[in-house]
Amino acid sequence: MADVLLQTVLLRKEFGGLVAVDDVDFTVPQGAIVSLIGPNGAGKTTFFNMLTGVYKPTSGQVVFAGEDLTGRPPHVYTQRGIGRTFQNIRLFQNMTALENVLVGMHTRLKGKLLESIVRTPRVKHEERDARARARELLEYSGLRRKDQEIGRNLSYGDQRRLEVARALATEPRLILLDEPTAGMNPQETAEFTAFVGRLRADRGLTVLLIEHDMRVVMGVSDRVTVLDYGEKIAEGSPGEIQKNERVIEAYLGSAAVTTA
Amino acid sequence: MRRRIGGAVSQAWWQFLGLFGLDKARWRKQPRATQRAVKAVVWVGIGLLLVVAGGVWEWSALVIAAVVLLLVVPDYGRITIGGRRVGRYIVPVAALAIAVAYPYYASSNGAVNPGLPELPIFGPFPQMSTMVGMAVFAMMALGLNFVVGYAGLLDLGYVAFYAMGSYMAGWFASSQFGHQNVFFGAIGVTPGLTGFHFSIWLVLIMAGIATAVVGVLIGLPTLRLRGDYLAIVTLGFGEIMPQIARNGDNLFGTGFNLTNGTGGITPIDPPGFGNWAGHHLHLPANYLTLGTNSDRAFFWTALVLVLLTIFTSARLRDSRLGRAWVAIREDEVAAAAMGVPLMRTKTWAYATGAFFGGVAGAYYASYNSGAFPDEFFFNISVFILCMVILGGMGNIWGVIFGACFLEYLDKEGLANIGAWLNGHFGPGGSDIQVWHKALDVPLYEFGIFGAILVIVMLFRPEGLIPSRRRAAEFHEGVHDQPLYDVEAV
Repeated sequence: MADVLLQTVLLRKEFGGLVAVDDVDFTVPQGAIVSLIGPNGAGKTTFFNMLTGVYKPTSGQVVFAGEDLTGRPPHVYTQRGIGRTFQNIRLFQNMTALENVLVGMHTRLKGKLLESIVRTPRVKHEERDARARARELLEYSGLRRKDQEIGRNLSYGDQRRLEVARALATEPRLILLDEPTAGMNPQETAEFTAFVGRLRADRGLTVLLIEHDMRVVMGVSDRVTVLDYGEKIAEGSPGEIQKNERVIEAYLGSAAVTTA
Repeated sequence: MRRRIGGAVSQAWWQFLGLFGLDKARWRKQPRATQRAVKAVVWVGIGLLLVVAGGVWEWSALVIAAVVLLLVVPDYGRITIGGRRVGRYIVPVAALAIAVAYPYYASSNGAVNPGLPELPIFGPFPQMSTMVGMAVFAMMALGLNFVVGYAGLLDLGYVAFYAMGSYMAGWFASSQFGHQNVFFGAIGVTPGLTGFHFSIWLVLIMAGIATAVVGVLIGLPTLRLRGDYLAIVTLGFGEIMPQIARNGDNLFGTGFNLTNGTGGITPIDPPGFGNWAGHHLHLPANYLTLGTNSDRAFFWTALVLVLLTIFTSARLRDSRLGRAWVAIREDEVAAAAMGVPLMRTKTWAYATGAFFGGVAGAYYASYNSGAFPDEFFFNISVFILCMVILGGMGNIWGVIFGACFLEYLDKEGLANIGAWLNGHFGPGGSDIQVWHKALDVPLYEFGIFGAILVIVMLFRPEGLIPSRRRAAEFHEGVHDQPLYDVEAV
């Protein structure tokens, strides 16, 4: 197997008495596109939130590129190279598309307080470069000429694209996409699937995807992991997962398995 | 409710205009410049009518009207020289020139407005001492604006920074610590005084830095909290500082007199440039030697400080740090996930805000020649917060306007309005006599400020001169559901 980029060891999250994620061992190989699927409430987003430091795990470890990041604040995860989008879009609604992307660059820029007040040549230069790069990213994500639009005024699809652009601005090695095609029509979904493929081809990104649309999952992933009630119930290539009985049971109930 | 009342008012207004054959559709079709010109002319016209009706007419009112129209009507923002948008500096520079020249046309040598009309209801133009207060409070409001306006953290204890700054001036530029004798660049101070006497200019910087440090110390434990909790804790710190000031004349029972208790520290050295600069550059050696002209010097110096604050505000607003502040205000979780370190970034907002609060406090202490614990009650925190909210959170010009307006009302506006009301409707009033005992309007100051705040929040929650972004937030809301484990912050 290729190098492991992200690994979780017995990762667990409890909310009071509820076990949302139950001792999950999970790996994402470098350069892969991995999907995380599971019925509603299976703990996928909770799992994601632990992978980005938004939630602190109850126990277990998150290891990224050989470094144990468990318990560190979210910006450290971003700084080390994990970018993410949110299931329910969380743009900075009243900032322009360009500013959204610039915030994403925060950890990659250096401008300190005093430098920014004096506006030293270095800061000036850095800001100009950052803006140019942000425009490039917007164009790459399909938001050409939208840089001065306010976040909330963008169409739904454009908001999704902007979230990806913003995540790309953090210069991630691994990008986590939480249900990126939710609410998209079939054509947009197909475009987006191709876009995810390009992320790997053009930028060498590793992608971890939460997805409900099986066409996307089966079409783009190298590996699929299935969560149900917080437990990992299956892992393998898309073909294997399609035939896995426990997966079918989880999605369709045990009756589906016995009649099949 | 805002919408209903606002809608009713606007409907009535358009029906009234309909009598003159104007309708909304036609108005909407006019170019923006025309709309702006018409609006400005109407408001200035109303102002002039009030001047006439108030019986305070002077021909110079026309000059004022002309200046206002000249500043407001043309769209200077479009003017470019060699591709640089120089035009947008025209109005601020003109406003600055008007402010700098203020002592000459409005309040020279103690004589109030030579040749200027009185304002209807509000009475004469503000005196120089009030102008100094307005400038100092503009600086403090701009400082609070870093915290409340930019980073969106509600701080109800800003007075702590004001107090800290004032006492820094008290400690390092007075005879408070009489058994020490340290002079350091204290130009223009009478020789032979005991205590620490640092140059006021140095003390201003020291006060800013010390207050910023206090801001960081207060911020470290509190900034983990969100929203209401943060507000309550800052409120607590805002109470602690003045209590220390009030009871600091016998620190921990050791007999060490830190703050001189309720008596406060006085006198505090005035600013000055020393004898050499006084001789060769005609700068005042010591502001107090200027006699009746000293307020002028204090006012101009305060203007310079305000300019520095504006400059810093504008630069930081458009910087990496400023963007991170706005991002935190809009959605803390998303900001953290995009790599913004929450604690550090919020602490910087606090420290920056505290810095300017400290400098303003030290300067005001030097102007008042004293730091007194009675000045640092909770109501001052609210007062400064009102300035920011009334003017428009996050907008530099709005905040300055709010600060000037409220400080003016506090210092003389309310008293003038009260005099006008009593003169017309009070005992022996020139119009109908409505009440029989003279009304003490300044007594109701905080009631009036409260009412202003309620009205603003109902009808224009984004403030009088809002930033575009803040206006949108108030009308559309931000989604900032807490999603965190508290420890994860």
